[in-house]
Amino acid sequence: MTHLTKSRISLTNLSENFEEVDPGLTNQEAIEEAYRCLYCYDAPCITACPTGIDIPTFIKKIASGNLKGSAKTIMTENAVGASCARVCPTEELCEGACVLNHSTEPIMIGNLQRYATDWAIKNEQVLFKPEKKNGKSVAVIGGGPAGLSAARELGLLGYDVTIFESEEEAGGLNSYGIVSFRLPQTISFWEVEQVERLDVDIRTNTTVGKDITVDEILDNYDIVILAVGMSKVPNLGISGENLEGVYDAIEFVKDTKTKPLSDKFLGKNVVVIGAGNTAIDGATCSVRLGAENVKILYRRTVDEMTAYDFEYEFAKQDGVEFRWLTTPTKIIGDEHGRVTGIECIKMALGEPGEDGRRRPVPIEGSEFTIKVDAVIKAIGQSRYIDLIDQFGLKHHDGVVTVDSESFQTSNEKVFACGDVIFGKGQGEAMVVSAAQQGKEVAYAVHKMLFKNVSEPA
Amino acid sequence: MADLRINIAGIESPNPFWLASAPPTNSGYQVQRAFEAGWGGAVWKTLGDPILNVTSRFAAVSFNGQKVAGFNNIELITDRPLEDNLKEIYETKKLFPNHTIIASLMVEPKQEKWHEIVKQVEDVGVDGLELNFGCPHGMAERGMGSASGQVPELVEKQTYWTKEAAKTPVIVKLTPNITDITYTAEAAVNGGADAISMINTINSLAGVDLDTWNTIPHVGGKGAHGGYCGPAVKPIALNMVGECARHPRINVPISGIGGISNWQDTVEFMLMGSSCVQVATAAMHHGFRIVEDMIEGLDNYLEEKGITSVMDIVGKSVPKYSDWGDLDLNYEIVARINNDVCINCNKCYIACEDTAHQCIDMLKDENGNDMLRVREEDCVGCNLCSIVCPVDGAIDMIEIPNELPVMTWNDRQAALGAVGCEVDVVDKLSKG
Repeated sequence: MTHLTKSRISLTNLSENFEEVDPGLTNQEAIEEAYRCLYCYDAPCITACPTGIDIPTFIKKIASGNLKGSAKTIMTENAVGASCARVCPTEELCEGACVLNHSTEPIMIGNLQRYATDWAIKNEQVLFKPEKKNGKSVAVIGGGPAGLSAARELGLLGYDVTIFESEEEAGGLNSYGIVSFRLPQTISFWEVEQVERLDVDIRTNTTVGKDITVDEILDNYDIVILAVGMSKVPNLGISGENLEGVYDAIEFVKDTKTKPLSDKFLGKNVVVIGAGNTAIDGATCSVRLGAENVKILYRRTVDEMTAYDFEYEFAKQDGVEFRWLTTPTKIIGDEHGRVTGIECIKMALGEPGEDGRRRPVPIEGSEFTIKVDAVIKAIGQSRYIDLIDQFGLKHHDGVVTVDSESFQTSNEKVFACGDVIFGKGQGEAMVVSAAQQGKEVAYAVHKMLFKNVSEPA
Repeated sequence: MADLRINIAGIESPNPFWLASAPPTNSGYQVQRAFEAGWGGAVWKTLGDPILNVTSRFAAVSFNGQKVAGFNNIELITDRPLEDNLKEIYETKKLFPNHTIIASLMVEPKQEKWHEIVKQVEDVGVDGLELNFGCPHGMAERGMGSASGQVPELVEKQTYWTKEAAKTPVIVKLTPNITDITYTAEAAVNGGADAISMINTINSLAGVDLDTWNTIPHVGGKGAHGGYCGPAVKPIALNMVGECARHPRINVPISGIGGISNWQDTVEFMLMGSSCVQVATAAMHHGFRIVEDMIEGLDNYLEEKGITSVMDIVGKSVPKYSDWGDLDLNYEIVARINNDVCINCNKCYIACEDTAHQCIDMLKDENGNDMLRVREEDCVGCNLCSIVCPVDGAIDMIEIPNELPVMTWNDRQAALGAVGCEVDVVDKLSKG
């Protein structure tokens, strides 16, 4: 895989740095790889895919030159299959399950999936047509992967679906939260368009609870699906967080996808707090904005880090430094209110906590200061507790409680899926899991409203 | 969705994809599974007097790591009792009334034998009959299969006998183990065949084991020739279909068989005159599920081309298939190497230098980088360099327009004849 390395970062043309890193397979590479696929029966890669994409079939279709059919096979099971081709941790999922791991090398399933969906995007294919309406209406709150997936499936089942999206465009994390050099917005927008083609009404710039009341939604739709995901990065709870130069990683990444790229990070020192995938995104974006030195500070060690292995490798190749067992205690500013440094303390791992991970404890007297120009916070995301309360739904610190089979909440006409139900031992954080949950919610809704109707195969 | 229904000699089928008479159509269970997967029709494994099979029956030829480039078998016709097959054909047709079931038949070359079996299979509801005059092994030694299929008179006579009794259309399946397939095809037509199908398998020996010196496959240390099929035989089959399709006296529809593995192969066979195709090896390699991509790929292809019915493509390339003597001697193409795409493996150079016309030069560009260039004035446009080139788009074969009128060998000979030239090069050579 070709890869931009630190030495190839342009300081004069920043937008170059945000072009997609992986060029994708050439026609010849795709054909050769497709023919290498064994076309297993009852293949383990299908089982390993949370959305159950019929992987051998879509690969066979690449080999036969039926690229439209290939893209359709992918998108039938996963409404955000083009994004997932780029962001899925494939080595843990489909590629990790490939039988060729036991003989030669696994098939590049993610890259082939991207090849087929890229073809569909480039050739402006419309893969699905709306079905006859069944007379029922559904409001989907949040147009991210989970909401889009639910809306797409319900659209195919003939529901009158409205998505309420607070941003300017739907797509959620895929449109705004995943770095452009991994997932360009055009890919996510195409997926949104595929859903819109099923007569799904997407009302953007519409925040539920502000632009439209919760009661209005509950009154006007037969079913409500809450797929709002998560909110801003919470405060670190240390002094100096309001200084100029302190950023929310989600907002920081979003700005690189929606605004002209800023040159104010050129030659600067940046620290990122946290070591999840968003922290990696914050760090690699900083590198690509021309920062001279980028460090990730994490209070635990590489073993507890939640970022995917390939993200970690990617950050290292970008020249990002990692400071393990390090927690910020204070952000230091100058007389103009601008960040100049960050005081940290070294940690040690103690007894395991509730989640089974060993708890970090500060080592007294180990404080030290790093000179920095910017601090990017990436310690997880807060919850839309207020909105959840307005719906009157049971939740656990903002993690909406759902029936594990049906995804039904404490209100029988409200279902929830995606990041809004992730946490507290419930759900999965991956885009691909959100897509699957969206499908399952759609089937659960359909089962409830049209009992004895079998799921589409 | 395009209309994929086909009609071959009055036999209708929901799509052009049939399973050929072979192991995949050995039983009702298998054919029903195939229909469920989407196959439009099935030619039941050949019925006749039950035989005995040997164990160790198949062998395949791998090519450059790809399995089953070619496939060889020494299995014979059905080894199951006729009444079992008839019962299962009846049941299958009841379950799938809109799918096509063709009974493949092979009996001794006797009129009453043909009359008898035709009646038996038509009584259980088959949509048509296919006469197996092609199986090259086992049955041939008993005067059946390709033994009768290689004798035009026997083909004609047995077709005639079948037609005497048949109420359903009769397809005659031809053997490729013959110098010119149009002779036997014409004989079938003269016997009254409603359609012809081709090709049956080609006489073959898959290999010899370097350590044991046994044949592959072998039966207890002894081997016998088998029948070759699979992707490797496709060009042979396609030519035979094309030759029959363009023959002025072979005016019956064709069912194409031979190495068809996907929708693209199917389109090629249909363009070259097949009204439907039959598949065995690809299904044996991957299972019946391959038909989903075949149907979808064909449909997408037709939709892209704006063609509403698959029958509209049948035979569209036949007028383009001709004799060598009808090719334009003044048409000119040359190779052009795109050095920006070329990866400098120099395979084109050595192929041309050693085995073609020595017209590629290995040069350095102004920066001292390796580059290859074709001396177009010496290039004969043979295609060899572009064939051995491993990279898409590195070598283009470019047409060189010229002012010369179309001049074929036949035109030339006619023109020479008109001016009284007596020299006939071919004639001279052949008398050598």
